[in-house]
Amino acid sequence: MTLWWIGDAVLLLVVLPVVVYLLRGVLEAAKSIVPSVDGIATVATAGSKDLDAAELLLTTRDQVTETVAGLADYGGSLDVILDDAERR
Amino acid sequence: MSAPAVVMILAVLLIVLALVFYLVSTIVALRRITAGLDVVIGEVGEIVRKSAPVNDVVTTINEQLDAGVDLLEGLLVKKAGLTDAVGLVDGLYPGAAAAGFRNVPESTEVTAPRIGEVYTRGTLTLARLGREAPIAAASPAGEVLRNVEGGSTAARGLYPSVRHTSPEHLPTSPVIGTGAPEQYERREDVGAPRKRLPTERS
Repeated sequence: MTLWWIGDAVLLLVVLPVVVYLLRGVLEAAKSIVPSVDGIATVATAGSKDLDAAELLLTTRDQVTETVAGLADYGGSLDVILDDAERR
Repeated sequence: MSAPAVVMILAVLLIVLALVFYLVSTIVALRRITAGLDVVIGEVGEIVRKSAPVNDVVTTINEQLDAGVDLLEGLLVKKAGLTDAVGLVDGLYPGAAAAGFRNVPESTEVTAPRIGEVYTRGTLTLARLGREAPIAAASPAGEVLRNVEGGSTAARGLYPSVRHTSPEHLPTSPVIGTGAPEQYERREDVGAPRKRLPTERS
């Protein structure tokens, strides 16, 4: 009978607090992750929205190509014009 | 049933209840984490999809711009000469002469003429663009841009402005308000109703 009471005491005074302590630690760790994940989700959403303008780079590329082509034409013409002017 | 057995059952029941409470709470938190990570994964996928062509596009743009820079540098060096080209670039963008031209490695060794201290950016542009530019037409020494050692007074003389010739004799700004050296009394008729002239009777 005495051993039975000792077993009850151990169960209530040792096992139960340890179980509660460990489970509370796991729960608090899990809860602390939630705000971080929510923050990451918000930032990822904003980052994705910011990249909506990346498609305009295709237009920029085409316009840069056209501009450089026009620049080459003007440069060639200017080269010839200046040569002619220097000969006069 | 004996008392110790009842206490044992109660203790086990308490432990099970604690397990259920904390494990269910943990499961709820993990489910929220999973939902948040699902959103993150979706948005990161969008970011990856949207940024996939950026590298190629930017590389192409850089190649095109490199070609444009090579073209302009080559034309400038060919037409103005290496020394004047370096001076012109340094005059427009102070300090750029140290970097030199990309396709002309020896340009870093050229001492840039101090063109930028003598002529403004607009004057330089005019001098380069047209021989009708006043700085090129009126200069007695010929091509002013090439004469980098020419005095700045010659350039100032082309634009007869009091600010260029004698800035120390500029009239001082007038002092107004209560601190003005000249104080005038306010006229009483200013702001008063205008006197009406008598009408003529025929």
